[in-house]
Amino acid sequence: MIVLTYAVLAAASLVVAFPLLLALSYSFMTEAQVTSFPPPVLPASLQLDNYARVFSTIPIGRYLLNSAIVSLLVVIGQLITASLAAYAFTFIRFKGREVAFLVFLSTLMIPWEATIIPNYITVRDLGWLDSYQGLAVPFMATAFGTFLLRQSFLQLPQALIDAAIVDGASRLRLLLQVVLPLSRPALGTVAVYAFLSTWNQYFWPLLITNQTLMRTTQVGLAQLRFEESLRWGFLMSGVVMVAVPTLLLLVLGQRQLVRGLTAGAVKG
Amino acid sequence: MWHDADVTRGAGRQARDVGTALLFLLPSLLLFTAFVFFPLGKTIYLSLFFTSPQGNPRVFAGLDQYLELFASPVFHAGLVATFWFVALSVPAGIALALVLATLANRRVRGINVFRTAMVSTIAVSAAVGSLIWLMLFNPSLGLLNYLLSLVGLRGLNWLTEPSVAIVAVSITTIWLSLGFSIIILLAGLQGVPEELYEAAKIDGASPALMFQRITVPMLTPFLFFLLVVNTIHVFQAFTQIHLLTRGGPVDATRTLVYSIYLDAFHNFQFGYASAQSLVLFAIILVLTVIQFAFVEKRVHYQ
Repeated sequence: MIVLTYAVLAAASLVVAFPLLLALSYSFMTEAQVTSFPPPVLPASLQLDNYARVFSTIPIGRYLLNSAIVSLLVVIGQLITASLAAYAFTFIRFKGREVAFLVFLSTLMIPWEATIIPNYITVRDLGWLDSYQGLAVPFMATAFGTFLLRQSFLQLPQALIDAAIVDGASRLRLLLQVVLPLSRPALGTVAVYAFLSTWNQYFWPLLITNQTLMRTTQVGLAQLRFEESLRWGFLMSGVVMVAVPTLLLLVLGQRQLVRGLTAGAVKG
Repeated sequence: MWHDADVTRGAGRQARDVGTALLFLLPSLLLFTAFVFFPLGKTIYLSLFFTSPQGNPRVFAGLDQYLELFASPVFHAGLVATFWFVALSVPAGIALALVLATLANRRVRGINVFRTAMVSTIAVSAAVGSLIWLMLFNPSLGLLNYLLSLVGLRGLNWLTEPSVAIVAVSITTIWLSLGFSIIILLAGLQGVPEELYEAAKIDGASPALMFQRITVPMLTPFLFFLLVVNTIHVFQAFTQIHLLTRGGPVDATRTLVYSIYLDAFHNFQFGYASAQSLVLFAIILVLTVIQFAFVEKRVHYQ
């Protein structure tokens, strides 16, 4: 019975992960093997020519650097804007709080794709095409992250906050020295979520980058698809290089990610 | 005296608090204004004008572009494509995720390895997933047609035959959505009290009956959440279409988002594309309101 359970689990895992494993496998194949019949599944040998060719023909290092810079900028930006806003929503009683909360909430109802035309025009007119700020700044505020952090801030013992206030701590010091250090898990969730979604973006960087050297990995890689002759082994080694960072992030940050994703479904 | 002083201090403090709060909210509010609210307003504005190729409003069009849109056969074809895209990918994707989540919910040693493999597509970008499936869909070299030939079926022109292309895009989308859907359903399954199953087992219920009478009803809120959220995601899907079919063949996969992209950034009809953006906005707004209303209700029940 237990053997059967494991067999079913292994089979299901294999089917889901099969496209990824196949990409890995093809990345090691020579072009001759890729075009042989029947379509091969396992590489004849572990040759790394495809990887070498990716490095020598496209600036993949630069693409990866661009994606890393933009993703980290968005992570830092979201952590700053969301913790400030979440602090206000949790610890400051002020007139108009409900209205401000509704303003944040309403941003969740406006899909990025529906506002992409004016955003493109704005970024173009600011001279931000082909720039890191054009890729990062529009995504630096997050209603979702703000709500997530607020949930976490609400769990903090009120006595601790009161004690800090009696001590005469300024609001900003309270946030930096008391609230944020105690909210690391929630900050981690916002960070993992922001990094993953920015790293994986395609539509926006496709629109606002034209120079080869400003492309992100997703767009730079996808350009290979539109070349005259598609070389699959070559393309798949690029795919592997782009997918590995986020897959690693999944393995390392799975708990944070799962908490973030289920927050919407479980807590509402 | 005391009383007055108190009131004055209170009012002063409250004014100061509003100021402080606004200062804390300012970074977010500025960004939302610049990149969410202003663009939404400008989309509405642009949709009422014929625009220059640079996107500047030229001639007031009123509702002409909406009328043109609703009369356009291309737009109708796009709506039909979007409808098929949702119908083919959302229910099947959730059903598959439910089966996999049920498997992943087994409490056996080493289950985390299997769970990570099953949710792995959450970390896979749409571009990466599309490129891999592009290879699988290749009519001569791809593995899919070879597998079909093994069971005696004729291979398909996955991406070049209009009726099949939307299926190919949907398959890719289902695969990409599996990780997210499994994570959500797994969270739901872990909330089902073990005692329910134990009690049913004592009553001699079969696993199939328990699945039907316990698991599915307990998961209903999660299934509903996925139904709405995955539908929204499909309405927003761009990358798969751009990399697999570019909206073709003959507009068979020209979904609403892809049509916006083509009309704005290939045909440079920003006003006309803005009108389509508002149709997209309206659809997603309705879906989001349904979701919020539903979540609200559930919270009250708890």
